[in-house]
Amino acid sequence: MVKHSLTRNARLDALAVAIPEKLAEHGCELIDEVGELTLVVPAERLLEVCWTLRDDAAFRFEQLIDLCGVDYATYGQSEWETEEASFTGFGRGVDRDLDVAVDDSKRFAVVVHLLSLAHNWRLRLRTYVGGSQPMVDSLIPVWAAANWFEREAFDLYGILFKGHPDLRRILTDYGFVGHPFRKDFPLSGQVEMRYDPEQQRVVYEPVSIEPRVLVPRVIRDDSRYVGDGVSKEAGDA
Amino acid sequence: MPEIRNYTLNFGPQHPSAHGVLRLVLEMDGEVIERADPHIGLLHRATEKLAEYKPYNQSIGYMDRLDYVSMMCNEHGYVRAIEKLLGVEAPERAQYIRTMFDEITRVLNHLMWLGAHALDIGAMSVFLYCFREREDLMDCYEAVSGARLHATYYRPGGVHRDLPDRMPQYAGKSKWHSKRAIAKRNVAREGSLLDFIEDFTQRFPKRVDEYETLLTDNRIWKQRTVDIGVVSPERAMQLGFTGPMLRGSGVEWDLRKKQPYAAYDKVDFDIPVGVNGDCYDRYLVRMEEMRQSNRIIKQCVDWLRTSPGPVSIDDHKVVPPKRADMKDDMEALIHHFKLFTEGYCPPPGDVYAAVEAPKGEFGCYIVSDGANKPYRLKVRAPGFPHLAALDEMSRGHMLADVVAIIGTLDIVFGEIDR
Repeated sequence: MVKHSLTRNARLDALAVAIPEKLAEHGCELIDEVGELTLVVPAERLLEVCWTLRDDAAFRFEQLIDLCGVDYATYGQSEWETEEASFTGFGRGVDRDLDVAVDDSKRFAVVVHLLSLAHNWRLRLRTYVGGSQPMVDSLIPVWAAANWFEREAFDLYGILFKGHPDLRRILTDYGFVGHPFRKDFPLSGQVEMRYDPEQQRVVYEPVSIEPRVLVPRVIRDDSRYVGDGVSKEAGDA
Repeated sequence: MPEIRNYTLNFGPQHPSAHGVLRLVLEMDGEVIERADPHIGLLHRATEKLAEYKPYNQSIGYMDRLDYVSMMCNEHGYVRAIEKLLGVEAPERAQYIRTMFDEITRVLNHLMWLGAHALDIGAMSVFLYCFREREDLMDCYEAVSGARLHATYYRPGGVHRDLPDRMPQYAGKSKWHSKRAIAKRNVAREGSLLDFIEDFTQRFPKRVDEYETLLTDNRIWKQRTVDIGVVSPERAMQLGFTGPMLRGSGVEWDLRKKQPYAAYDKVDFDIPVGVNGDCYDRYLVRMEEMRQSNRIIKQCVDWLRTSPGPVSIDDHKVVPPKRADMKDDMEALIHHFKLFTEGYCPPPGDVYAAVEAPKGEFGCYIVSDGANKPYRLKVRAPGFPHLAALDEMSRGHMLADVVAIIGTLDIVFGEIDR
């Protein structure tokens, strides 16, 4: 496939072989997509896997490039209902009430990007967490760089990192309520603030902005990619 | 003798050497730093969340506003991630244009860094000299995109348009400048953009020499930077350093060489590496990078002169058709309408693409669920882990050294706070 040949790195083949060999007992799943390797790691095994990935001579991931949270609560949902809307006009076709899968045990994911300078390859780790208090082990003992990235993931998604020495909010305001990057948090926020001349201080009020959709979220079964999938399945069969 | 106590010092957010809006809470023992706690987020605009609500192409402009002194490199990272997701590749001429503008951006960024860094440590004149050269480079930005800073020039599948044949000139009449002064400023602008850039590449090495005579052997400059903020190579990797911060510690790592993108595998350049990992070495690394960037720009100009061709792919599912085609071609009109009212829907999947931005590795992680908007966009800003290491780097140093360390980190809050 074209997509793969563009970015697929021959070195990655060695990594794709080494991972199942060395990490078989942890129940990880290796995904090879768009020329990138993703390793899905069970939350309780994350720390062990990371130690191996850093210290084993076959991997040597010296650097944690990035760590971030993802909220999968509305994954694959579109806001565009064309059938009923076609005679009433454009804006009415937008369905703003997406179903948010709040209690899904796989609602959140912690995604880690690793880089090995010695072998010059990259790996992505994805760990699903969920429940009312999503929690995963902190990676600070393995890579010190995880510190602020974990604070950010906590701030924006409310994912807790067990063993983090200083899990404070980092990007949002002092005294902020909620986790703004969750899919059930509105884009315009919950509160707005202004200076109140009578009380002579800044006051918070619920937002007065109406949410609106300029370009609706649409998922098209684009013929190019549909064709791709069919030929791939046919090839597999 | 009075009793001496530790105290906490609040540095910023409105401090000239805080480079924007950094609030530092410093725990001091006399004049020595015991702990530095940076409070960030004062410039947080939730760029990543905004991107989730916009079709892919509409977020390119936000990328400029992340690291607002290396605009096109950010665009490059984002655009490359989309291209990887779509499985398209820009034509060769676009790759060279991107390489050239990435390097122009690197020079822009390093000039800004050098000027601000020197100003913080007390060398006023470097700042003024640096801005003189920045002016010319921003004119290149303007010539090609119409904007001096926030260009929005790179697009998935290429760049917005080809390089102009005429470099814009200063107007003939001005209240402030004489006719002769204007004519002098227009001398380099007689030809095309490429002529102007080539003229710049010939002037620029001498300018870097000028900066170096002001700083490199300057006693005060050395006293302020040598052995300040030393980071060992192991620690630099552990802390997630990239770019000049990593190379200053002696680790030979540059994505342009190790994981080449655009046309970097076709141009000749060297990677400067430091030895001691202090502020002075990082300064030397960045100075040499400017010279190397200049070399790359020169090579790109030579290639671009002789190799005309398309600057974006011909796939109108991704790149809008020419306006002239829309006037008489129904299909072009439909493509245009669909692209601007809806955008394109890449296949579902995760993708991460990184570029060597002037500050380090700038990466974009996109989760797509097949919609016309990214499901999740994570921007990996190089400055973020660098600033996180400020505590470790400044411990045991004097208060005035914190300013030198902030300067050497080359932080810009647009990208750290996102």
